[in-house]
Amino acid sequence: MRQAFPTKGKASPGLLWELEDAMKLDSRVPPGPLAEKWDRCKLEMKLVNPANKRKYHVIVVGTGLAGGSCAASLAELGYQVSTYCFQDSPRRAHSIAAQGGINAAKNYRNDGDSVDRLFIDTLKGGDYRAREGNVYRLAQMSVNIIDQCVAQGVPFAREYGGQLDNRSFGGAQVSRTFYCRGQTGQQLLLGAYASLNRQVALGNVKSHTRHEMLDLVVVNGVAKGIIVRNLVTGAIERHSADAVVLATGGYGPVFYLSTNAVGCNVSATYRAYRRGALFANPCYTQIHPTCIPVNGDFQSKLTLMSESLRNDGRIWVPKSKGDKRNPASIPEGERDYYLERKYPSFGNLAPRDIASRAAKEACDEGKGVGELGRGVYLDFADAIARLGKKTIQERYGNLFDMYAHITGEDPYQVPMRIYPAVHYCMGGLWVDYHLMSNIPGLFVLGEANFSDHGANRLGASALMQGLSDGYFVAPYTITNYLAGVKAGSNKTDGPEFVQAERDVSQKLERLQNVKGKVAAQTFHRELGKLVWEYCGMARNDAGLKKVLGLIYDLRLRFWKEVSVPRTGTGMNQALEYAGRVADFIDFAEVLCLDALTREESCGGHFREEYQDEGEAKRDDARFSFASAWNYTGEGNKPELVKEPLDYEFVKRSVRSYK
Amino acid sequence: MKYTLKIWRQKDSAAKGAFETHTVDGIVPDMSFLEMMDVLNDRLIAEGKDPIAFDHDCREGICGSCSMMIDGKAHGPTRGTTCQTYMRNFKDGKTIVVEPWRARAFPVLCDLVVDRSSFDRIQQAGGYVSVNTGGAPDGNSVPVGKVKADLAMDAAQCIGCGACVAACPNASAMLFVAAKVGHLALLPQGETEGKERVRNMVAKMDAEGFGNCSNNYECEAVCPKEISADFIALMNRDYLIANAFPKPL
Repeated sequence: MRQAFPTKGKASPGLLWELEDAMKLDSRVPPGPLAEKWDRCKLEMKLVNPANKRKYHVIVVGTGLAGGSCAASLAELGYQVSTYCFQDSPRRAHSIAAQGGINAAKNYRNDGDSVDRLFIDTLKGGDYRAREGNVYRLAQMSVNIIDQCVAQGVPFAREYGGQLDNRSFGGAQVSRTFYCRGQTGQQLLLGAYASLNRQVALGNVKSHTRHEMLDLVVVNGVAKGIIVRNLVTGAIERHSADAVVLATGGYGPVFYLSTNAVGCNVSATYRAYRRGALFANPCYTQIHPTCIPVNGDFQSKLTLMSESLRNDGRIWVPKSKGDKRNPASIPEGERDYYLERKYPSFGNLAPRDIASRAAKEACDEGKGVGELGRGVYLDFADAIARLGKKTIQERYGNLFDMYAHITGEDPYQVPMRIYPAVHYCMGGLWVDYHLMSNIPGLFVLGEANFSDHGANRLGASALMQGLSDGYFVAPYTITNYLAGVKAGSNKTDGPEFVQAERDVSQKLERLQNVKGKVAAQTFHRELGKLVWEYCGMARNDAGLKKVLGLIYDLRLRFWKEVSVPRTGTGMNQALEYAGRVADFIDFAEVLCLDALTREESCGGHFREEYQDEGEAKRDDARFSFASAWNYTGEGNKPELVKEPLDYEFVKRSVRSYK
Repeated sequence: MKYTLKIWRQKDSAAKGAFETHTVDGIVPDMSFLEMMDVLNDRLIAEGKDPIAFDHDCREGICGSCSMMIDGKAHGPTRGTTCQTYMRNFKDGKTIVVEPWRARAFPVLCDLVVDRSSFDRIQQAGGYVSVNTGGAPDGNSVPVGKVKADLAMDAAQCIGCGACVAACPNASAMLFVAAKVGHLALLPQGETEGKERVRNMVAKMDAEGFGNCSNNYECEAVCPKEISADFIALMNRDYLIANAFPKPL
């Protein structure tokens, strides 16, 4: 095993955080009271004359909630927009799979909710590792999102009187979550997709489907275009624009098994990182507590069971180790409802990171259920007795059906078995308050950026962030940026475009020329096992150092043994996939390095050395900053750039849910 | 478990396709159909042969990418998408025939991958409410009764996979179009443009080369989201009214 990133006599990775910052990051959060920041920012931003807007061209990569809503909104303003997605339709972006709901501080329930409370919940939920200004704006925008989506015809759940229905969701004590059965993400995405379609019909958006972004083109330090591969013809194409928006989602499948779509990948953001965009907080990954447990090596993905199930389901394991009895025959006194016991005020609704770790602990103690012993019960017997089967069916019918379909068990009769799985990536490309990366002209939206969730994301807030970014923030901030740029400098024959295209082609050729005998999926599966084991729900110094070496070895093997059979033009899914796996391997090093460097526990990042009897121990004195990683060349250790996090308005406390 | 697979291979849309036979071994009952395909593809790749191209993404039945005709049935023997079809439903040793969706409006791009962009174009013809971002009134300002909202949601669940077209003897897209028309017609937000929407979307459906409904109900039988053919009736009614009385009544 070789050491990753040969240190060349420099400091060991464990001391990296002490290195001097080479770069200063300006978050551009406006001064003044929290509630006035965004209004003030909007007022100070420049505008583009309506007649000039059509001269500007904006590229939007990714058509999920963030990308789709941003592209539609920009086109409505009058800009020329081009969208790109690797799927065969914009409607298939992975936002579609979000089940539970979307938060908004409407206070329709009169239960004490407010923008301020949503702000504080989100900030606390993120373990005080997000910017105050960004999070406050998110809470403000939440209210507008619901109104916008209702106007588009999103069929939210209603009460008999015709009013919008709400439910409470993991990590919140108020009912502020709006939902469309168990398919909220689908309905919100179809709303954005419909708005996008309207603009396509009007000729303001050109939609490129089955196109994958393979590089960012930076001209004189400014983002000016992208290189894409047409996945049908195999052609490499250059596309230029006055601004580039990346809304390409998260990097969950670096763990191989996750609740993400199998096509989700890090390539667009990773390649932007290689062109100079900073990658922030990659180690903040969210493990979702309620997924169907793994049941074999062949498995290609894990299925999430919506967190909303925790509203009515009770989580438990047998009190004694290795109890293999039928759950129904285990008496009440021999069950450990461990979340209710440990966190009496939040109980089964404890935040995701906490609920996940508690499940892991129970299974580590040998109390896990199911064949592989990696599962806990989520039991609806009490709720069915209290509310009746019909009510439970109305609330969760499709989820129960899905569970029964996958496992062959009836959750109305026997408790569900669940186990945590990788679900969401809080980390992403670094952006300022304008959602612009450190490369001018490159905007990053939704899960692809790092901005609003800190070290952990609360339930029902990903949809909120994607749509806030796309509908209500980026259209303003991109306008402000374009106002300072000369329109229509859209040439694709400059040296930077030529070079970027050549780099892409060479990398693809290199993959095809390995001519090994192993499918990329095999390497992906191996990578996933490594990252999950050493950088999953719990991490430690020795393990992270070890895994960096193991990833290095895996990369060497990948480039010697991978097989990408088909050559020539045309559709080549093996080539697409191998390219993504190659990027995942490279990116995994940045992820693990970030986890190694952050010598504290916070949110989804749990370092075993830093805990208080199982509770995460944050270190605000040393780690109150966002870690932004700067690419320094092939095989070199990336450089750490810190953005200090100042808390002007909120007093940070130990995050307690007891 | 062991299976013989007869799979449609076609290099591109211009090529003439043909069936190719493969065998897979070591399949376990809990594998999904796509995971079984992964096993085959990994082996083909290791042997330096072209893997079989197929569309797939979320693998949890919601994105609508996967689209295999398995033994002549869209998405296979059980209700749900191809990705949610499990090998426990196939008898060990069986021969399974796998084809792409067959419809003039869905040309084959490669092996089992078809071009469904006609669906996007139908949506572009009117599957939206003409509302810009910003300035929307409070979400509770217009009440929507629960019964109607639930019915709208029943229709809105369509995942756009195209199984309805593949199963229909006329390759009709009526269920797909009716799902969107019905979803929006049932809500006050969508009512305003209702007549224009139904006319434009139906016209686009015809222009794209989809056939008409002839009451076979095959679409309803294979729809992974169990969308009811009643929505086709609703659409036909709206279409009739929209053409008979183009102006507001």
